[in-house]
Amino acid sequence: MRFTLNAREVELNVAPLARLLDVLREDCGLTGTKEGCGEGECGACTVLVDGDAVCACLVPVAQVEGAEVVTIEGLGDDHPLQRAFMDEVGAQCGICTPGMILTAITLGPRPSLAKIRRGLAGNLCRCTGYEAIYRAIHRAS
Amino acid sequence: MTMLNAVGQSVPRKDGIGKATGQARYADDLRFPGMLHGRTIRSTIPCGRLTAVRFDFDPTGFTVVDHRDIPGWNVVTLIADDQPCLVEREIRHVAEPVLLLAHENREALFGAPVALEEEPAEPVFDPERSPTTFKTILIEKGDLLAGFAAADHVVEGTYRTGHQEHVYIEPQAVIAVPEDGGMTVYGSIQCPFYAHRALAVILGDLVARVRVIQTETGGGFGGKEEYPSGIAAHAALLALKSGRPVKLVYDRVEDMLATTKRHPAIVRHRTGLSRDGRLVAMDVEVILDGGAYQTLSAVVLSRGAIHAAGPYRCDNIRIAARAMFTNTPPNGAFRGFGAPQTQFGVEVHMERIAESLGLDPVRLRERNLLRPGDTTATGQRVGEDCAALEVLRTAVRRSGFRRKRKAYAGTARGIGLAMYWHGSGFTGSGELKLASRATIELTATGVRVLTSSTEIGQGTRTMHAQIVADALGIPYEQVEVALPDTGVVPDSGPTVASRTCMVVGRILQRTAEEIRAKLGDLTPAEYFGRHGPLAVTGQYEQPEWIRWDEIDYRGDAYAAYAWGCDVVEVELDRDTWEVRPVRVTVVNEIGKAIHPALARGQVEGGTAQGLGYALLEQVVMRNGAMANAQLTNYIIPTTLDTPKLDVVLLEHPYAGGPFGAKGLGELPIDGPAPAVVNAIRQLGIDVRGIPAVPEAIREAACASP
Repeated sequence: MRFTLNAREVELNVAPLARLLDVLREDCGLTGTKEGCGEGECGACTVLVDGDAVCACLVPVAQVEGAEVVTIEGLGDDHPLQRAFMDEVGAQCGICTPGMILTAITLGPRPSLAKIRRGLAGNLCRCTGYEAIYRAIHRAS
Repeated sequence: MTMLNAVGQSVPRKDGIGKATGQARYADDLRFPGMLHGRTIRSTIPCGRLTAVRFDFDPTGFTVVDHRDIPGWNVVTLIADDQPCLVEREIRHVAEPVLLLAHENREALFGAPVALEEEPAEPVFDPERSPTTFKTILIEKGDLLAGFAAADHVVEGTYRTGHQEHVYIEPQAVIAVPEDGGMTVYGSIQCPFYAHRALAVILGDLVARVRVIQTETGGGFGGKEEYPSGIAAHAALLALKSGRPVKLVYDRVEDMLATTKRHPAIVRHRTGLSRDGRLVAMDVEVILDGGAYQTLSAVVLSRGAIHAAGPYRCDNIRIAARAMFTNTPPNGAFRGFGAPQTQFGVEVHMERIAESLGLDPVRLRERNLLRPGDTTATGQRVGEDCAALEVLRTAVRRSGFRRKRKAYAGTARGIGLAMYWHGSGFTGSGELKLASRATIELTATGVRVLTSSTEIGQGTRTMHAQIVADALGIPYEQVEVALPDTGVVPDSGPTVASRTCMVVGRILQRTAEEIRAKLGDLTPAEYFGRHGPLAVTGQYEQPEWIRWDEIDYRGDAYAAYAWGCDVVEVELDRDTWEVRPVRVTVVNEIGKAIHPALARGQVEGGTAQGLGYALLEQVVMRNGAMANAQLTNYIIPTTLDTPKLDVVLLEHPYAGGPFGAKGLGELPIDGPAPAVVNAIRQLGIDVRGIPAVPEAIREAACASP
């Protein structure tokens, strides 16, 4: 298995049907990708595959062969969305935050509130009521 | 006069960077050398006996634990000590833990076939027909009969609320690590000392030292208050037997099937009113479905009962409350702790009173709301900080309630409101019994705060650091907050009951003032440099005016109350019978917002969770088990289900709170459900229960005249 992970080529010897989520967390040691439900409902495991936000719990690792995968660790620690989530308290318990930030990246520049709501509809947050997350995304854009 | 530099400012969260970068370490992110994974085998019947356990696999590499492996007492200790850690013979609910397995390979572990032989007996599911009462509470004020005799009108009604699942996004997770002749448990835990006490009882004398360390916690809402004690024990038993670290993480299905939920409730009201709409007699019956073990039902019932008459003045009140046994997984702590159920009842009832007497719903409430100096159902005189009228008037004005109510008449839109209040801290003499402690110690760069109060998203670390910074007169950045580790921090009581800011924060404030006095003109770092370490531990001091009679349920139930009013606008789809919230106005009076952005976050999040409780979140129980134990069909609000939330925070300082702060965390969950149902009432639909899912709305609409 070869793919690009956070701008680095990786080659892994893993079962092709292993969940991308488990490969990232266990084989690559990238635990910023979280498991909330294991059935693609909560979005806590969202990563970017070739620029699209996908639930890593639903993706067999064979599907990312040759693809570009970005996890929260790939953003470093000074991405505008990360700063905005801190400034606007878009993260409370923080378990949905990596997935939220990665999905927010796919919304493009200056998204409208309606676009943000549609775009984040697959990412559940139980703490914020989403308002602070909207404030963070507006601030970053 | 203390200068406020941090308090009242939305300073950066202490944990912000870790959470925004994915570096924060939650329980499932931790790995230990030689670690095994754990699995729980559970009962499949709601009531009966376990007769045999059959293994159909090669046990090599497996660690197997049943009740005979418990070195101490087979009980998850809490209030009643009735819940076994592992089933011996009697089964009281589906998904009761029977057997534990561990293996280093997760696939092998979960692939191992284990069959239980169970002998079913007749279960009880209806709390009103249950032969077993866990707890009764009776609150009496004035003369109920005389009140009804003087009444011009009597209005009656029954109101029902369903289960609610917490849906913290991080499922339950703990890791037990045998080390240094003791046992260390890391976990997603709200109350490390609860788990510590439970472990000590289960492990007994065999394990000399037990230590519980909270890991970063992905939401709790009460669901990680008492429940993790049992999981911690399971992991520890496996670790004890295998001699290796054991990680026990629930998947979502197991989490929803097995763990506690909000108690379903039936609330009956019979209310006497004078001709001009004054409450003259309130007779309230509250029934909570406790599930199969007592857990915290007695105290959930207590808070529910005390809040059951709403924030209203009435001279003649009887509140008779009981928590009942049923053969369903035990219900437990959930944000609001009984108060959302009983306040749903009273606020929907108030709306029906307004309707049947032809009174304006705002005026009816204005006439009856508690004012400073009035007494509650327990006879407590509310203080000058009582803001009930102000929150009502602010919410009505800001939302355009009166104008919209006229404009929406006869349309598919409705607008409704609900008043609510929430007592901060443990009930009655509870805080005195807890005798919480908190420590501040000097460091080379400032101070470190040591408490067992956990950060579960609400902002504990940040808010405590702000309080200490201003009480000491040092920059916020110079205050560190220690990890809740029972081996290091004092017992500050559990992180529950909206007490972390008001109660523990106050102990920290006083402790910081004590240190400030010792330092003279030096900063903490300077003092540390010259004189070496200094640590001061403060203890809770009850305000001297508090009087509480635990037997008669009379007196000062809570040191302070926070006040709220919600106005909800809804829209009905007449084809699908779906009701959607369109806009919500929330006015909350909380004493003092230590961190305005965090406070607002609590209100917004609690309101969204309350909207889910009102409209979406339906636990379907079949033969005593949750039939929809997954996020595909147990629906919590998404971005598309959560409307615009307009939040106003008011501040009437409470003298006994840090910088005037009262409790806040639970308050906002009390209001949304009754406000939603009262808005649906404006559409001419007589809904008296939640969740008001489309099927229920359709049924009510077809039954309404």
